[in-house]
Parts: sequence; C-alpha cells; structure tokens
Amino acid sequence: MPYIANTAQDRKEMLQAIGVESFDELWHLADVHESPPRFNLPEKGLSELEVLAKLGTLARENRTDLICFTGGGVYDHFVPAAISHVVERGEFLTSYTPYQPEASQGTLQAVYEYQSAMCRLTGMEVSNASLYDGGTALFEAILMALRRNRRRKVLIAGTLSPIYQAMVRTSSHHLAAEVRVTSDEPDQCADELLKSLDEETSSVVIQYPDFYGTIRDWTPLVMKAREKGITPICSVYPLALALLKTPGEMGFEIVTGEGQSLGIPLSFGGPYLGFMTTTSDFMRKMPGRICGRTKDLSGKPGFVLTLQAREQHIRREKATSNICTNESLCALRAIIYLALMGKTGFRRVGELCASKASFAAETLISIPGVRLASSDGFFNEFVIELPVDAKPVVSQLLRKGFMAGIPLGAFREERNKQVLLAVTEKRTREEIVGLAEALGGAL
Amino acid sequence: MKLLFEKGSPGRTGTTLPALDVQRSDRVPDSVRRREDAALPELSELDVIRHFVNLSRKNMGIETSFYPLGSCTMKYNPRFHEDVASFTGFAGLHPRLSLLPEGEEYCQGALRAVFEAERFLAELLGFADFTMQPLAGAHGEMTGLMLIAAFHEAKGEDRSVMLIPDSAHGTNPASATLAGFSARVIGTDAFGNVDLASLEKALGPDVAGLMLTCPNTLGLYDANVRQINEMVHASGGLVYADGANLNAIVGRVRPGDLGFDIMHINLHKTFSTPHGGGGPGSGPVGVCAKLVPFLPVPHIQEHSNGSLRLKHESAYSVGPVAPYYGNFLVILRAWAYMTTLGIEGFRRVSENAVINANYLRVRLQQAYKPAFERACLHECVLSASAQARLGVRALDIAKALLDRGFHAPTIYFPLIVEEALMIEPTETESKETLDAFISAMLEIAALAESAPDAVTAAPLTMPVRRLDETTAARRPDVAALDLEETP
Repeated sequence: MPYIANTAQDRKEMLQAIGVESFDELWHLADVHESPPRFNLPEKGLSELEVLAKLGTLARENRTDLICFTGGGVYDHFVPAAISHVVERGEFLTSYTPYQPEASQGTLQAVYEYQSAMCRLTGMEVSNASLYDGGTALFEAILMALRRNRRRKVLIAGTLSPIYQAMVRTSSHHLAAEVRVTSDEPDQCADELLKSLDEETSSVVIQYPDFYGTIRDWTPLVMKAREKGITPICSVYPLALALLKTPGEMGFEIVTGEGQSLGIPLSFGGPYLGFMTTTSDFMRKMPGRICGRTKDLSGKPGFVLTLQAREQHIRREKATSNICTNESLCALRAIIYLALMGKTGFRRVGELCASKASFAAETLISIPGVRLASSDGFFNEFVIELPVDAKPVVSQLLRKGFMAGIPLGAFREERNKQVLLAVTEKRTREEIVGLAEALGGAL
Repeated sequence: MKLLFEKGSPGRTGTTLPALDVQRSDRVPDSVRRREDAALPELSELDVIRHFVNLSRKNMGIETSFYPLGSCTMKYNPRFHEDVASFTGFAGLHPRLSLLPEGEEYCQGALRAVFEAERFLAELLGFADFTMQPLAGAHGEMTGLMLIAAFHEAKGEDRSVMLIPDSAHGTNPASATLAGFSARVIGTDAFGNVDLASLEKALGPDVAGLMLTCPNTLGLYDANVRQINEMVHASGGLVYADGANLNAIVGRVRPGDLGFDIMHINLHKTFSTPHGGGGPGSGPVGVCAKLVPFLPVPHIQEHSNGSLRLKHESAYSVGPVAPYYGNFLVILRAWAYMTTLGIEGFRRVSENAVINANYLRVRLQQAYKPAFERACLHECVLSASAQARLGVRALDIAKALLDRGFHAPTIYFPLIVEEALMIEPTETESKETLDAFISAMLEIAALAESAPDAVTAAPLTMPVRRLDETTAARRPDVAALDLEETP
C-alpha cells in the first residue's frame, strides 16, 4: 500500500502483542461498532506516474502564458529559484509548530529574522510569526483594537480592497461592533474619515497604497485618530515599501498586509502570507505565534515561542485569537526573499516596478479617449478610464493574450469604464507597448 | 549562529535583476517617499543559501526523525506532491483570472482540482457539500461556527451557547468566542467519553450546538456518538465535528452518517500535506444538506455542459472567509493524495494508524500509566504521573527523547490528564521505528528511577540546552530592530 511500511507479517506480530486475533477484533475493542460504509469513489488508487499525468493535464488547462497586468492585492513578481530549493529542505518542510524549541532552532531563528525584517520594512517594533492572509490579518487587527479600547465603531476606508471589505463583513457579523465604510472615491474617502473620527470609534482602517493604487500621506489623519484614542490600522502592500514612507513613520499603530509579493508564487489564491506588525504597547494583545530571543542554561543564545499566555492552548475562550497553525513556510519564503534581494536589490525591484508603471500609464493615456482616472500619485498600480464599457474590452484583450487589469464596474456601476492595472518588474517595454496596441485596437 | 542582519557587507546582493528598459521615473509624491532604504541584509546568494541550509540542520522534521506529536498526525508527506505544487500551470496562475469577464474559461483545470477535492471529501465523509476556503483548522472551526450561527439566525432563534467537552483543543473555545458564542464546558466520564448526564443538564433552548472531536483528544472512540448527536438535535442544536483526529476512522466511518451536521478537517493532517514548521494548513468544512445555502462564496459549480463556474452571490451565504478558493496548492497536494490512495488506501491508513497506536500503548503501559484502560484509536494518551513522583515530569521525558533522536509527543494535553504524554505514531511508521521508540521510552522510565537527574538534565545533544522561557516572556526580545530607524 502507498506509504505504509508495515507488512502483513509485521501487523500479525503487532496484533499479537496487543493481544487480539485480528484488526476487526481491535476495532470492536476500541468501541467502534459502525458497519462499513459504501463509497461512490474509486476503490483503487493510482500510481505516482498516473497521478502526475492527470495533474499535468489539469495544469495545462490553465492559461499562465497571459501577459499579466493584473494586481488587486496579488502581484506577478519575480520569485528567485533559490527560495523553493531552500524551503523544500525536509527539516523545514516536514517540521511543525516549534513546541520543542531545542529541536526547532532552525525554524525559530528564521521566524525571529522574519519578524525583524517585517519590523524594519514597516517601521514598527513588534511582529508576529505570521497569520493566514492579508484579509484575515486585517480582521485580527480590528479585533485587537476592539479589545484594547473597548469601543464599538470600526471605520473603514472605502478604498480598502473589496475582497477584504467582504471578509471583514463576514467575520464581524457576530461581533458587537458597528462597521462603517466610507466612499470609495479617494478624496471623498479621506474627508469622510477625518469627519467621522469620534470618541466611540475603536479603529480606523486604511489601505496603503489603496485598492485603486493611490498613495497619500496619512500622517494628519493618523495623528488626529490617536489624539482621540482611536487605533489607526494600515493594510499595506509590502513591496511598495521599497520606495514608500513606512506606516510606522506615519504613526500607524497596527500594520497588516498580504505578503504574497515577497517571494510567494501566484498559486491561484494561496497559500499566501498574512503579516502583522505593531508597537510594543500592543504586543501582548497580538494574535498568533511570536518568537523571542533568549538564552539557554549555559548562556548560549537561542529562540523560543514566547508570550504564549495570549494563546488559545493556554487561555482557551479568553485567548486573543483562535489562530494555531499559521503560514510559517510562507514566512520563511518571505525572509529568504528579503535576504536575497537585500537592501539594494529590494529598492531596485521597487524602482523597476514604479518606472515601468509610470511608462505604462503614459503609453496607455496616449491612446485617444483613454485617461488616468485620478491625478494622485501611485506606486505600480493605477486606474485608467476608457471611452467605453471596460468589461467587453478586458475580455477581448484576454483573448489576445493580455490580463489587462480588473474592470471596476463590478464594484460600482459608475466605475464601469475604469480598469485597474498593475505593472511589476517582470513586464518588459515590449509587453507594455503590446498592451497599448491591443487596447488601441480594441477601442 | 549569527543573525542574517549581523552578516554581510554593504553593496552585496543575492539576486540579479533585469536592466531598466524604460526611462527611470516614478509617480511617487515626495511626501510619501521613503528617506532611507529598508535596513535589510546585504549578502550574496551563496551566503543566504548557506545561512538557511545551516538553520535547517537545527530542526527535526518527519524526514529526519520519528515525530509522534499527538493530534498533529505527522505522517510522511509524499515528495512528488512538491513537484505538482510547482507546476507552472498551478503555481503561476493568478487567482484574479477567474474573476475577470469570461476568465473562468482560462482556469478550468485549477477549478476542476478544487471541485473534485470538494466532491471527494463530501463522499468520503458523508456530507452534502464542502467549502475549501478555510486556511487552517482553527479557521475551519471559525467558519463552521459562523455557519451554525447563520442557520439559527435564519430560523429566527436566539441561541448563544456552544457546548465544548473539557477534553477539547483550546482552539474550540477560542473559535466559539470569536464567532460570538459563549462556551459551556461538558465533562468526561470514567471511560473517557462525553458525560451524558453533564450533556443532558447543559442542553437547553439557548444552546446553538456542540463541538465534538471524533475520535476525541484522548484517542478514544465514543460509542455513544449517535445518541449524543440525537440529544443535541432534539434540543434544536447542531453538532460540529472537529476533524483533527480523522486519521483514525477515515475510510471506515463517515461522520455525516453519525449525525454530525458540520465538520472541519485538516488537509495537513489526514491528507498528508506538509506542516511547514507551522503552516500553511488547510481546513475545509463539510456540511449536511440544510446548511449548504449558508456556505461561503465564491463557490464552484458544475454546469450541465461540464464546465465549471463560480457562484458569487447566494442569499443566505455567510460571505467569503478567504480571498479566493483557499490554500490552493495545499488542496492540490491533498488531491494527489486522495487519488493515489483510493478508498482501499484510506482504509489501510486508519487500520495501520490504529494498530501502531495500540502497539505503543500495550508495550509502554508497563512503565507509563494509560489515561484510560481501553483500546485506543490512532493515538494513545499516557501519563507520566508515576515518574513525576520521582521528580521526572512529562517535559523532562520529552527532552530526553530529543537526545535519543525522537521528536517528543504532545505533552500536558489533554488538560484533564495529569502529566499527559499524547503519542500519535501514524500509519507511515514501521514496526522497527516503533520498537526503537519503545526502547527509548522504557530506558527513560528506568532512568527516572535510577538516576532522575540524568533525565532532567536533557537535552544535551541538541543545538541548545533548555531555554529560559521566563525571561523571554518577561523581557521580550522579538525583533532585531535597526536602531537608526526605530521610531
């Protein structure tokens, strides 16, 4: 049988040692008296060769040759090959949560280094070992603020990813909290946020750059929020921080985000990497595992999971969160990515993205009738407005081999002529010009 | 070993990037421009690889050692699954493609894999449908509880209490609280089963449901499970099955047939996807017919022409719990596992897991007191209470095992067992490995009597000795900050 070592003879000897004649006898002794079910499933399994062939066929039914100008929270960045080779080491791949620190120093030191890098990147003081994804991490941040200031209102910028808005709605349905979402027009959103900060507000949630790619300095809003005891939360695109001012510098108290851009393949939606960094003040309110540096009996430095009094296996119903398994291997990918890129490589990726996006924007708006939807600054993602309904244009471009961006009419009818495009370091001048030609031809 | 940040030299980088083929410019306003580069390491590619390879050597994993961590099902993770997960047709697929107009046509293979995994699980476990969205076991629990809440809400019933046995994983009460319930604890009887009198007393019109781990965290099968489910149903509640221990019964008992309404499973346990040092996991949730309308969206549906489409709207759906279709590459590995095993393979999984656990129980009970004197399923829970009286605690035994080349079992859980050692061998271990582990355990027990200090001094052969966890928690050092940039 696949993956089972024991032979019939081994089983016979073991059953004998247990003191039973047969497995059936043991099964009854264990108090299971259910009759065997009949399944409408294949009785026999397939060989490795056959399974690979079947999955090869399924893989070929997916179009990964399309030239990708689509982001919206998940980006087609370059992933150095070295990352997969390292994370596939069995010592990383097949270990589990480092409950026995002496046998897990590899995982623990890597987590500590990951936490350190995420703090440096976001300008914060404390990071956890990872959460599931950017959306669930954001919800955990909202919970942290609710626990901290015991207020009821959550104020969310309408420029937050619509998927994250929906996830927050799902997860907060049963909380005694009132979630308010502002307009999705960047200027109106900023105005509404500023006017709505009051003494009942627990947290204010901002995406940076926002879903539409827009970047602005949130420092004044953040400062005003903090004056009123409101926790400002930032959901950030970490790769953008290669060039952008950190959320820490703007005064945000909790930073979360999707770490997919840091060395994790597109993977049709997962596994990804939710991350969270915060200030020391919030450390003991944070969900998830946290790794700390300490010393062993002989004074040698080492690492352990720490502050476990927050966690579900100790605190049960009073825990700061129910999270147990997180995305450790994806966090390992992120720290290897950041180490390979390094200080200059990481900035360079940011420059490539921003320069190519700027070139793409210019090239696209030179098509008659196409304009930028906003004059705000951006990093590598921006919205263009077409003279016609964007949906059929995007389908037509798909057929020509371009994932030309996200038509925004699905989120709000008034945006039906708009398309959100992202440009990464992987796109070439030729591909950008090709997109512009295809778009020009489609209009 | 030095930290990454303590190594390297200014100007070094570990990657190559293409030259800029457009004019250098950007649209970043000065007010939001970073003043200094993020203080990341500056190392060559070889430096980075050597650093992490050497770190990996400080870890135990299933591939280096027997890893009998109870309730975690640390079975062998087939290697070819890693190849599958790296196929460009899967790893290179943008999830947004499926949401673009007519985009589903371009990712039918990926949608097919998720859909088939869903259908396979539904049939294997006896449920009407599954959602693959939840990203880990506890996330599946949370999703399941939100479905229960939505069900009662739709019926206009106000039920705010979730019943949870005292032997349950800590995630159960934590998830219940997050989903807006208050947890009410049910006792365990003298045989390790749910105390029926305690359950009877706890049931009432305020009870939304019961969370039951099947088999339970003591590794025991509760023969009253059908009766328990009926009692909860009779009082208007739903029963949630925690599938952490599914490996014990997979292919032999269908939880849906037992009367469970809802169940989460862990693909990283029963379905052999790698644990990754603490994730990624995957926690699909199965439901009976009456709960199907509440499942998260988007949900994959098959049309009469055989093509797969996404359903985005559903009147009663709780909404999305993850951004797309769950941890897709994890689901893909599980698909490969299901297809390799077939039903016959799954029956062999439970058979061998149960034989291995009972073999350990019988051979070890001469030295360690079993928590309950009866045949177990996939894991055996022993108590080091006798050793504790000699000054050797479960923790010490765990550390002594590390020195002998074995990962430790789960310790101090379930909470209701004094000095618990929870040992789950899984089906992929051979008799020789179990025999070697038994010898080590018996040797440690003997040493506890003759020279307890030799046990409490362990580990001595690991990269570090016991670590000071108290100071770590009192004066936390959780990040090497860049001093110049610290706010």
